[in-house]
Amino acid sequence: MIMGCLEGNCHFVNGNFRARARVQRVHNILEKINIGAGRIRMFNLSAGEGAKFAAYANEFVDQIQELGPSPINVARKKEAKNVPTGEITA
Amino acid sequence: MITGTPKPIEEILQMLEPYDNIVLAGCFGCVTVCRVGGEKEVEVLASTLRLAREASGKKITIKEVCLERQCDPEYIETMRPYVEDYQAVLSIACGAGIQFLAEKFTTTPLLPGINTGFLGVTERQGEWAERCQGCGDCVLHLTGGICPVTRCAKSLFHGPCGGSAKGICEVDKSVPCGWQLIIDRLKALNQMDNYCKLKPYKGWNSSRDGGPRRIVREDMI
Repeated sequence: MIMGCLEGNCHFVNGNFRARARVQRVHNILEKINIGAGRIRMFNLSAGEGAKFAAYANEFVDQIQELGPSPINVARKKEAKNVPTGEITA
Repeated sequence: MITGTPKPIEEILQMLEPYDNIVLAGCFGCVTVCRVGGEKEVEVLASTLRLAREASGKKITIKEVCLERQCDPEYIETMRPYVEDYQAVLSIACGAGIQFLAEKFTTTPLLPGINTGFLGVTERQGEWAERCQGCGDCVLHLTGGICPVTRCAKSLFHGPCGGSAKGICEVDKSVPCGWQLIIDRLKALNQMDNYCKLKPYKGWNSSRDGGPRRIVREDMI
């Protein structure tokens, strides 16, 4: 989750637009490698919009939960299960 | 500088399919400037490949390096102590750098991570454009500093073709007619007499038509 200033209000003039372009690039990479493009998202809001921040955070949490575990975690858990523990089973 | 574009990640993953232990080599030269093969791009590509391979259940070990230049032997030699410990080298330098690595490390497969483009300039951040084709016989002094070989889509030498309309080339509306640029510039320089000079046929033997080229500077050997 990446937060930027409102469009047109960036202290660095076009910093938030450039950030959005970079987020889009990561978005594309995640999509191409099947991790899930929805795992990254950029929001724009001002420093005084606390309630909006909370709403965006909740929205993103819902989005991530809907996507389920990342394929990386699934692969890691699968690998951990396959590692021999050394226990002797009769 | 030599420019390039990243290869699609799917293509790189396919190339890497047989390997699980590689070196990813960037270059601090031209490809760093055009943001396709420098230290930062090495880090981003290495992370991308690790994520992709781990998600597919086939982990990959990647040693990340960035050489000062991949087109000079002394920098390539810094890789020699460890290169044989890896199954392959994925290079995101230009085609010259990749080939030079392959020449030096004959027992290690070399894989290209970028598509090398052209000799160009940075017109603005994130945008590069071709300016030179390295034809080996420069005529810029006669053409107002604008190259007819590169800027004219047909590499014409005696003025615009019939496809030039209102200063735009017929190949693409975003491409200015190279000869219109030349004539405008010659007028501005008050050098239109250059345009009227009949030029002899260009010898293309100094360009690619003469095969792979070599420069030997006796004073430097």
